[in-house]
This record gives sequence, C-alpha cells and structure tokens, in this order.
Amino acid sequence: MLIWSRSARWPIWALFAAAFLVIVAAPLAVLVAAALATEWNDVLPGGFTVAHLGAALTGENQGSLLVSLQTAAVAGLAAVAVGTWAALALAAAPRWLRKGADGLLHLPVAIPSVVVGLGLLVAYSRPPLLLNGTRWIVLIAHLVLVLSFSYATVASALTRIDDSYAQVAASLGARPALVLLRIRLPMLLPAMSAAAALAVALSMGEVGATIMVYPPDWRTLPVTVFTLTDRGRTFDAAAATLILLGATLVTLLILGRVSRGRATTGVSP
Amino acid sequence: MTTAALAVVGPARATRVSPLLWALPPLVVLAGFLIYPLVLVGVQSVTNEDGVTTLETWRSVLGAGEFHRAIGNTVLIAGAATAGCIVLGTFFAVVLALVPFPGSGAAARAVDTLLAFPSFLIALSFTFLYGAAGVFQLGDFLYSRWCVILAEITFYTPFVMRPALAALTHLPAERLAVAASLGARPGQVLRRVVLPEIAPAVAAGGALTLLLTLNEFGIVLFIGAKDVITLPMLVHSKGVVTFDYPSACVVAVVEVALSALLYLLYRRIFSRKGARGADLVP
Repeated sequence: MLIWSRSARWPIWALFAAAFLVIVAAPLAVLVAAALATEWNDVLPGGFTVAHLGAALTGENQGSLLVSLQTAAVAGLAAVAVGTWAALALAAAPRWLRKGADGLLHLPVAIPSVVVGLGLLVAYSRPPLLLNGTRWIVLIAHLVLVLSFSYATVASALTRIDDSYAQVAASLGARPALVLLRIRLPMLLPAMSAAAALAVALSMGEVGATIMVYPPDWRTLPVTVFTLTDRGRTFDAAAATLILLGATLVTLLILGRVSRGRATTGVSP
Repeated sequence: MTTAALAVVGPARATRVSPLLWALPPLVVLAGFLIYPLVLVGVQSVTNEDGVTTLETWRSVLGAGEFHRAIGNTVLIAGAATAGCIVLGTFFAVVLALVPFPGSGAAARAVDTLLAFPSFLIALSFTFLYGAAGVFQLGDFLYSRWCVILAEITFYTPFVMRPALAALTHLPAERLAVAASLGARPGQVLRRVVLPEIAPAVAAGGALTLLLTLNEFGIVLFIGAKDVITLPMLVHSKGVVTFDYPSACVVAVVEVALSALLYLLYRRIFSRKGARGADLVP
C-alpha cells in the first residue's frame, strides 16, 4: 500500500483509468466496432453489418486464413521440436558452447524480421537450394522467428526442473533414451505446450518477414490484411484482423486443453 | 540421498554420446536458415548486379538523403517510444501493485494480452481512432511520427510493465509501511523506496523495448505515412518493391549492426546483474 488515505487514491485511479482507456481499451474496442460497421464518417460508426465478417470468411480471405493456420502449425511444431532439442542438448554441453549457442538462438529477436526475410530471399534465390517462390521459404522464415521464443521457454523451464528424478531413473538402470522419453520430456510437457502457444500466437501475427518472401499462392492472413488496407478497404481489413484474433484464440484454447489433458495423465512426481 | 551422491552413482554417463554431437542438429538449422543468409546479405551488399565486388552501392546508399532521414526517424521513434513505455509501464505497474482497486487484476491481464496480438492491429485501429474520418478527427496526425510513436507506446508498454510488476511483488509490504509510519509522504516513499527497487527491472524492460522498437515494422507499414520512413521500411521498399537487392542489403547490414550492438550491450549488462523478469518468456 503506497497511498493510505482513500480520498487521495481517487485522482490516481482516474489518471490510470484515462490512460488505460486510451492506450489499451480504445484500440481493441474500435477494431471490433469497425469490423461490424457499415460506414464510419463521424465520431461513432454508422450502421451495423456482418457483411465484412462474412467476406473475411469466404474466398481469398478464407484461403489466407487456412494458409496462416497451416503455417503456424508447421512452424510452431518444428520450433518446439528444435527448441526443446536445443535446450536439452545445451544443458548437457560444455559451458563455452552453451553460452555461444544461447546467444545465437536468441539472435532472431534482436534482428529485424524484414532482414530475416531479405536474408532468406538472397540466400535461397540461388543455387544450391532454390526455395524462393515456394511456400517453404515462408515456413522457414516463421520457424527462424519463433524458434528463439520456444527455445527460451523450454530452456528456462529446464533450469527450474529438479533433475534428481532423471538421475534416480538412470541410477536404477534406465537407459538414456528411456529417461528422456519417460522422465525428462513428460516433465517438460507444460513448458513445451506454452512454447507452442507462444509460437502459434507469434506466427499468426507475423508480417515483416512474410511480406518479403511470400509467393502468390501462399499468402498469410496478415499480408492479406495489409493488401486490404492498402486498397482502402479498411473495414474488411478490420474484420479479417478480428477473424485472425479469433482463430489464434481458438488455437490457443485447444492447445491449452490438450496440454492440461496430457499433464494429468503424465507422470505425477 | 543427495543429488550429488546420485550423480556419482549414475551409470548412464559413460555410455552417453558426446554432448557436442547432440547440440549439432539445432545449430545446423540455425546456421542454414539464419547465419548463412545473413552472411550472404553482407556479401551481396558489396557485390553489384554484374557480380563485381565494389563499395559503390555502400557509397550511393549512405550518401542518399532518404537513408539519413530513415536513420533519424528510426532512432527518434525508438527513443521516444521507449521513454513513453518506461513512464507509462512504471505508472501502470505501481498503480496495479501498490494502489490496487477492484478489477486491477483483470486490468493487468488485459495489458498482458496485448503481447499476444500482432502489432499491426494497433496501427489498424489507429486509422479509425485518429484518421481524418475517425473518432477524434485529428486530420493529419495519423500520418505523423507522433502517431507512430503513440502506437508503439501502446503496443510495447507491457514489455516494461510486466518486469516492473514482477519486481514489485518481491517488495516487502512492511518496508512501505515502515517508511510511511516514520512520516515519509507517498511521493518520498515512491522516490526513495519503490523506484530504486524496481529500477533494474524497468531498465531491462526498457532495453528490450528499445531493441524491439528499433526493429518495428508492422506498425510503420500499416500506418503507411509516406514521410515516416524507417530503416526496416527502407529494407522492404528496396528489397521487394524496387527489387534492388544490393541496396536493401546495405541498409540491412546497418540495421543489424545497430541492433547487434544494442543486443550485446543488453546481454552483457543484464546477464551479470541477473535482473529477473525481463526475459522473453513469463
């Protein structure tokens, strides 16, 4: 408690409420209102319509939504697999390798996503590997960008996990593969599903690298939203963004449910 | 039995494949999809369209006015947005933790959910809020630097608020009560007790925010102000709008150098102090 008199708290709360409304609540509310508006030429939107939402779920936009979902699923799964592998392998590696590799694995956070896209464009538009123009280059870009986050999630969970369970199993004669499958991975499962959720959320909203590398037949929803805004179809763009948020939320809920269901049947130390 | 004793007993160590070998596959993925492309970006920046090694592209890009404006915009926007996030994030955290009200938990979670949203969402809603035909009807404000700065403050405030809030939960309530009972006014308690306690966490969050705002692309792209060109926008327009790879690579190298410098500084400062809470993950 910082302020003891109740009357003195009110001005602070009022200031907080004002800042919160303008900074956090207004943008979200406005986006929802715009997605449902027929027109907006005044302080408040004109009429109410679900036509924009309908448009966001049909034709090209629906295709983009499916592309986004598939991209997030593939990149997220790959990132969790590679990130978990890296976290487990580096935990056992010598100190110099762990520090160096840890820095490298965090690097995609530090460099702009547009540069990641440009790099892939430059590197894979030439032999030995021609990936420019295929959907693979989009998937790779997403993998690189979300890998840091899934690695960081699993690695930080690994430092909090008690290693003695694995050591007991090993001392009782369990082979390393068995220890990994029955002890280490089940204990890491909550962190892995958190990593997957983070990866999906980031991948669904990624725009910087994707806009550099996407081929015409693999256009993600954020890129479609940008082309809509660019053509002045801002209401359709708002509706498509709302659909994007909805799809992300549903995916995260499913992921959360799966991990909870799995966690209860997993080992209970 | 203690952990140490178990480790001695553990027989599996002898049969393990070299840890170096196990670390190889993820590093190969990283090398192929990140390091190799970045190296080629560097090579491309000193190679012209005929494949000749030259510094001509560097000279023409670095000499151009648009590049100077882009650097100026990028640094100004990132600096101002970070300052705003530090002020606002600290204010939010202090109110939520120390002057709580009914529903403050829900408010904290609402700010946190912003982290899961794509940044362009903020820019898109700003066109309705601050556009010529929007809620506030502010004319050209939407296409100014200030609008980009406000949008970035909106999006990145949680990056400061979250570590500050985490640091505040470690602050013993008794310390505040003792300071107050000794006659310190709330302003004094804030300055002398609270702020010094959360300063490392706020600094770590602010450093991360500075790094991310330097690299921010979605917000600037979606607001689409023609006069507000930043370095990532320049990479994009040179790379895929005019297909001038060598020039795009020059700008990219400058960007990466700038970010890498900040990143190394960030890791050096905060891995030592062990300032918790500013990690990438909750």
